Amino acid sequence: MTRFSADQRHRIRFTLNGGTIDRACEPRMLLADFIRHEIGATGTHVGCEHGVCGACTVEIDGKPARACLTLAVQVEGCEIKTVESLADKQGRLGVLQSAFRRNHALQCGFCTAGILMSLDALFARHPEANEAEIRDLLTGHLCRCTGYAPIVRAALEAAAELRGETKREAVDA
Amino acid sequence: MKPAAFDYVRAESLDEALDVLRNERGDARIIAGGQSLMPMLNMRLARPRVLVDIMRLEALRKIEPRQGRIAIGAAVRQTELLEWPSLGRELKLLSLALPWTGHVQTRSRGTICGSIAHADPSAEMPLTLLALGGEIVLRSAKKQRRVAARDFFLGVMATARNDDELIEAVEFPVSNGRRCAFREVARRHGDFAIVACAAVATERGVRLAVGGVADMPVAREFEALKGTALDDALNAFAWDLDARDDFHATARYRRDLVRMIGRELIAEVTP
Repeated sequence: MTRFSADQRHRIRFTLNGGTIDRACEPRMLLADFIRHEIGATGTHVGCEHGVCGACTVEIDGKPARACLTLAVQVEGCEIKTVESLADKQGRLGVLQSAFRRNHALQCGFCTAGILMSLDALFARHPEANEAEIRDLLTGHLCRCTGYAPIVRAALEAAAELRGETKREAVDA
Repeated sequence: MKPAAFDYVRAESLDEALDVLRNERGDARIIAGGQSLMPMLNMRLARPRVLVDIMRLEALRKIEPRQGRIAIGAAVRQTELLEWPSLGRELKLLSLALPWTGHVQTRSRGTICGSIAHADPSAEMPLTLLALGGEIVLRSAKKQRRVAARDFFLGVMATARNDDELIEAVEFPVSNGRRCAFREVARRHGDFAIVACAAVATERGVRLAVGGVADMPVAREFEALKGTALDDALNAFAWDLDARDDFHATARYRRDLVRMIGRELIAEVTP
């Protein structure tokens, strides 16, 4: 049995965007806070902290999940993917990000990282996703700027590009 | 909005988890997917001394047929059940209700048994278990016992589970070609239901179960009623649920929904 006492930091290991994380934290630390404050990857945003707004959505073993409803100690051995993984090493925006930029699918950008990760997980498994499926996915996110229409447009455009139906040049972030 | 401090136990066997529950008495909580418990911890509505994580227990990770029922283990996530290839044939009602349970992003972590253990009055999983006449399999260090869904839900987030017990599995009777229907009204798809209804054809008529209105899901049998007799029976049911006004909807609106959706679903499952 593994028992982590409340008042001590305990070793945890997982993969973040392909790199190994081997650090320590208290049992009560949320995955969202661990990623932001311990690792310093602040692309993942924290909004409501009770699973409603979707801003903190990351991928855990390929599935979109709320980082505010997950403890860091729960993801021992898991593969985590955050928004930092979407642009390439040269800083050029990924297909999804470029489509968001072209379609004005963000204004303040607070919700964007979470939405991108939900869509990234969806298209990785199901690049033929239609508008209804995209809208169903977006019910798990709150955006107070865009009215969602440009987000849906960007998602459909990105899906077409990921399926190889259209081709665009990468743009710098 | 951060959890209070707790010890964290990653159980490597069911016995270990049960020992912790026995030793800590009421101060330990099981965490599975955490999609109901984590908000409670974050808001400090729950402050357990110990959390016991059971998600590494392979024995609880099973969906298995058992004599006319499908047993779903405590570590089966909602997404896993939704992706189970036999779901539409074996558990038709769940294939209709699961897409309404939270969002893609919470179903990926949340479990079926966790939702039933949490017993939110508007949750879909307790409602479907009640509508189908399912059972909860409870396990403590001393014994295993089974409780029918109608005896399990006692009030708002209150159940017949004792402090030293965990839900090992829940068992849903298979569809067997019986007609069923599900409908929900919520502010946004995936939000808490204002009213959720499930109807299942029975030998003598229809069992209609309603969530989101009373302190727990409630089921009633409707036997071969038609026209105004059915309207009267649905009206009586709507009033018996003792709806209250809250910030999502008025009691009157809830009664209207029960009458309207109830009538539609009964028509849908009656040949």
